[in-house]
Amino acid sequence: MNKIRLIIEREYMTRVKRKSFLLTTLLVPLVIVGFYAIIIAVSISGESNTQRVAILDEANLFNGKIEAGKNDKSTYTFIQNETEQSFKNKYKKEGYSLFLYIPRLNEEYTQIKVHSQSAVNLFVKSALERKINVAIERKRLIAANIDPEIYKNIKADIEIENAIDSGKGEKKSIAGVAYAVSFIAGILIYMILLIYGTMVMRGVMEEKTNRIAEVIVSSAKPFQLMLGKIVGIGAVGLTQFAIWIVVMGLLQLIIPLIFPDVFSQLSNPAITAAASQQINSGKLVTILEGLHSLPIGLILFCFIFYFLGGYLLYAALFAAIGSVVSEDQQEAQQLVFPVMMPLILGFVIMTKAINDPDSGIAVFGSLFPLTSPIVMMGRVTYGVPWWQLGLSMLLLVLSFLFFTWVTAKIYRTGILLYGKKVTWREMWRWLVRKG
Amino acid sequence: MQNILEVHQLKKYFATQKAVDDVSFNIEQGSIFGMLGPNGAGKTTLLRMITGIFFPDSGSITFEGKKFDAINDIIRIGYMPEERGLYKKMKIGEQALYLARLKGLSKAEAMEKIRFWFQRMEMESWWNKKVQDLSKGMSQKLQFVTTVLHEPKLIILDEPFSGLDPVNANLIKDEIFRLAKNGSTIIFSTHRMEQVEEICDHIILINKGHKILDGSVKNVKQEFKENLFQVGFEKKPDAISGNTIFEVTGEKAQGLILKIHEGYKPHDVLQHLLARGYEIISFNEILPSLNDIFIRLVEGTPLAREFQNINTSA
Repeated sequence: MNKIRLIIEREYMTRVKRKSFLLTTLLVPLVIVGFYAIIIAVSISGESNTQRVAILDEANLFNGKIEAGKNDKSTYTFIQNETEQSFKNKYKKEGYSLFLYIPRLNEEYTQIKVHSQSAVNLFVKSALERKINVAIERKRLIAANIDPEIYKNIKADIEIENAIDSGKGEKKSIAGVAYAVSFIAGILIYMILLIYGTMVMRGVMEEKTNRIAEVIVSSAKPFQLMLGKIVGIGAVGLTQFAIWIVVMGLLQLIIPLIFPDVFSQLSNPAITAAASQQINSGKLVTILEGLHSLPIGLILFCFIFYFLGGYLLYAALFAAIGSVVSEDQQEAQQLVFPVMMPLILGFVIMTKAINDPDSGIAVFGSLFPLTSPIVMMGRVTYGVPWWQLGLSMLLLVLSFLFFTWVTAKIYRTGILLYGKKVTWREMWRWLVRKG
Repeated sequence: MQNILEVHQLKKYFATQKAVDDVSFNIEQGSIFGMLGPNGAGKTTLLRMITGIFFPDSGSITFEGKKFDAINDIIRIGYMPEERGLYKKMKIGEQALYLARLKGLSKAEAMEKIRFWFQRMEMESWWNKKVQDLSKGMSQKLQFVTTVLHEPKLIILDEPFSGLDPVNANLIKDEIFRLAKNGSTIIFSTHRMEQVEEICDHIILINKGHKILDGSVKNVKQEFKENLFQVGFEKKPDAISGNTIFEVTGEKAQGLILKIHEGYKPHDVLQHLLARGYEIISFNEILPSLNDIFIRLVEGTPLAREFQNINTSA
């Protein structure tokens, strides 16, 4: 088994030492975190943007006074003795960035307009709209003879809590969080299988087209070569993931130090809440609670199990494909198609499964070994009966063993066959042949 | 001399052809053994069975007196396939180290041997280069080194000189002789006859999966000689009158080519000529070149074999 170790070592070291490995390993987390930081920075900068707003309130909507929001640093000035037409050309010169025009005599308030030099940031626009809506509501309440204070108490804004009664007592529903976690885990597995599977295929093709295969198999058995390659590349994948996790963790520690501004604001829940109208602080708490109440241990275990199981299964298939292809990329694509099908099918079922985790198709997909690594990750956050999880894992392990045995036979013959197009029938003959 | 390898009634059938059909031969320890045959004769399949890459359908291989056991015996065999193969993107030093260690050498041992060979073949400066930066001849040299690095008892070289310039071809040829002198046995597979004549002690000729010739180079030539002699004359005669001893079959600048008839000896020819007063300046036997023998034996059979159908549906 010393030879397998040598082969694994070579497969691993040559890939890890490549510049492209270093590049992707470092760039991917940087890009992700950078993207994340940019989104935050943009939303924050929208908030802290101080605008000088001139208001020509012909309808007298605001009664000459406007309440600046808690973190609203914009200034609002009411102007008199101007018309929209006359002031339109002047507000810039007088130092205002925006000019809000509320025309008179319009019960529906449909003609309200904001003038600016360039397109108004969505955030600023919605802040203005909110202010105007409040003022209009207030005006209408007064017109209907309703005390605004009483109205405020009447208004309802509730959220439903979902309790699931499944054996082990009640647990809070975490539908939203479970949805997100399932989806991300499913996509990750899908991508891993695809990326590292094709890496195995390309590795095998390289060995075949370079004709090194014949040299190696006069020293080691083809099965050792195939297994060594699969394990070596799998180890590269694990290494890359481990580095990503560490780098992401470090970046999350470092970024607040570099941009203390951004994060001190972000950590203030009030601002975060205001930054996005969709999420109020109550929901944020729900998300955190949801994350904590997820079976993190089980999810992690499943992720690693299905990552390894799925990878080994698909890598064997991709290795067999690589071994029968002869230098022709187009031929490779044709042969890859039947292997890609179950992967894509798994992905499709997974998107269904996260919406309806106990539907027939989801249960089938999470048991069928070619799709189970992806689909089961989409279900596991919702709680899966133990027998299904056990059966799914057992089937995955059995089919991994079966496919490795089968593909090794194809690989053994294919890797030494040059310049000839291999048909499915021939591959079948290699399979059923003895010895 | 003990036989290092004995091949007995080896057969390997593929779906569409009988690649090797009932081939037997023995190879003496320390000899240089030529395996000849046209393209597609079954040489590579035969070599792949000897190197444990293929299992024979039937027949036996005996290596060093015991039944050939691919897994354990493989480390005592060095195989350089016709289709050269190296990892293009791997550094040359690392590559040599990897291949040597796959053959079972320890890291220290492998390093020592690589240093020795790299120095010997003037390759020291290549260590950090990649194969893709080497010329065809250079990678050929590297391939040769990786084949013999672990000092195998049996070295199998499939067309070792293809793509080499004369200088490097001579370098490798000298190494082959040296390795044989130091006790390694060499199987040398080729369809280039002039090299075989120069290098090999013993040859077999394979055609269409069958062995059609087996013997030492000297014996084979004797066996196929046509009793042709070249006679050089001081003054070339216009014609030599007919006689029962020989006939003239060709002319050269300074002489004639004679074919001696059955039952006569070179001695009779000389006597006949001298008696008639011809001044002879040279007299030598023309042995057929292996090339001639090869062509004569293989001629009439298409070089690339047509696929023979054997029943596979059963």
